[in-house]
Amino acid sequence: MRSINSPIVRPVLLVLFLVLVWDLAIRLFDIPAYLIPAPIDVAVQMYAQWPMLLAETIPTLQATIGGFLLSVVIGVPLAMLIAYSRTIESYVYPLLVFSQSIPKVAIAPLFVVWFGFGLFPKVIVAFLLGFFPIVVSTVLGFKSLESDMIDLAKSMGSTKLKMFYKISLPNALPAIFASMKVSITLAVVGAVVGEFVGSNSGIGYVLQRANGNFDLPLMFSALIILSLMGVLLFVIIDIAEKLMLPWHISNRLATAGAH
Amino acid sequence: MRSLRASEEMMTNRFPKQVDRSTLIQLNGVTKKFGSFEALKPIDLSIREGEFVSVVGPSGCGKSTLLKLVAGLAPISDGELLLAGKKISGPQTDVGIVFQSSVLLAWRNIIDNILLQAEMRNMNKAEARSRAEALIAMAGLQGFEKKYPWQLSGGMQQRASICRALLHDPQVLLMDEPFGALDAMTREKMNVELQRIWLESRKTVLLITHSIPEAVYLSDRVVVMSERPGSIAAIYDIDLPRPRDLSVMASTQFASYTKTIRQHFYAQGSLDDH
Ligand SMILES: Nc1ncnc2c1ncn2[C@@H]1O[C@H](COP(=O)(O)OP(=O)(O)OP(=O)(O)O)[C@@H](O)[C@H]1O
Ligand SMILES: [Mg+2]
Repeated sequence: MRSINSPIVRPVLLVLFLVLVWDLAIRLFDIPAYLIPAPIDVAVQMYAQWPMLLAETIPTLQATIGGFLLSVVIGVPLAMLIAYSRTIESYVYPLLVFSQSIPKVAIAPLFVVWFGFGLFPKVIVAFLLGFFPIVVSTVLGFKSLESDMIDLAKSMGSTKLKMFYKISLPNALPAIFASMKVSITLAVVGAVVGEFVGSNSGIGYVLQRANGNFDLPLMFSALIILSLMGVLLFVIIDIAEKLMLPWHISNRLATAGAH
Repeated sequence: MRSLRASEEMMTNRFPKQVDRSTLIQLNGVTKKFGSFEALKPIDLSIREGEFVSVVGPSGCGKSTLLKLVAGLAPISDGELLLAGKKISGPQTDVGIVFQSSVLLAWRNIIDNILLQAEMRNMNKAEARSRAEALIAMAGLQGFEKKYPWQLSGGMQQRASICRALLHDPQVLLMDEPFGALDAMTREKMNVELQRIWLESRKTVLLITHSIPEAVYLSDRVVVMSERPGSIAAIYDIDLPRPRDLSVMASTQFASYTKTIRQHFYAQGSLDDH
């Protein structure tokens, strides 16, 4: 019974169940293989193409992580500026929102024109998708400091710098981590979009090629790998969060259980 | 009859002498406006060094605003506000502040929360720690030093925030409804404790409270504020011998004080009973 309740076993059970439903549905409704392939066909293709898939995962992973890191490195300081200066907020924030309403897929080819077929345009698209949630959430994190806490720090004679790194920054960390989880999954999407429009490597490229060849099992394999990648990156951030913020409300149950 | 006489005597004390040699905090016609909204009408009040002064008044009359002005956390709009003869401009640092909520940092355990005071002020680490430990013992928080705020009850969190306010041994203690969230029994214990601390250290205390018995029990003087815009309706000298036992609350003198003060609020009925 204990093993069923483990946080890893549950989603695996659900996936197994869904695969079962998938398989049954194909048999039951006689769905042709050119519409939806059977799980076993996907598994066979995935096994056969494994070395290629693994090799193509690397550029996608690089673009994703690159875009994500860029999102954090640019998004967090930008959010700090916005949170601390009304003037900067009034100039930058509307522009940011406006930039988000531009469809990234539509401008991605532009980056290929500018930067060629390499890693860079993919990183840019991943960044463009990933950084907005970081900015929005981090601004909120920095602004959500109780005014009594600020007053208290002032009465302690706190310098602005100390106030920042002893109070404001730790206070904003939960919001930053929450936004990083959203950002990393969006960065995966961004990297694949980048590979769609202009690339000769990566899982996005595999996906497009499989699509052109009507190789549905390969397509599904690529999709599975993308999802696994997203989940894995998400889990890494989640673990980092639990290690760094054991005090936060969302992690308290876990620490209480560990006692 | 006796209570009537007592209140007459108190009324003669309504306006204390303006200039006192040991006056620490002096407000001369201090007002506060938020935009065009008048939060405080001209306030005249002087608080002597080592005096325990409480402020009671209906909700929204400007008590917290008054405390923020004295702490230098908000600028006065008009008048003159002096601390030890000097004009207050900007946040005062020789004060300890306790708010209604404990405002502890969630990522620091209790002793580290108390030591925030020391870190901000660059106090000697070892000295601050041993002083924090003494304060923790005084507040009955031993064994909880390494616990996080959320692992403590509301009353314990508030005691920790009082320890933090006392760590640097400030001259002035400013408290804004520090016991508002506590149950009656814990509150009485904290009152006894606060009196003991004050008797030992003779700090100048400005306490804002909704509880008239609490104000009378603890104070040398009780300032009664009137409805918005806030102004001082009366000031009562509380002439009860120290140290005061909780049983003093049952005395007729105590009852006459609370009754007189409560009469200010009959119309509004906005104050808690203890
Ligand atoms: N920063 C501010 N900006 C505008 N108005 C304010 C501000 N702070 C307080 N006020 C107003 O000033 C008045 C007095 O507020 P204050 O917080 O001092 O009341 P209070 O006596 O402490 O009330 P309570 O007993 O409920 O805590 C209120 O009407 C409030 O709306
Ligand atoms: Mg208040």
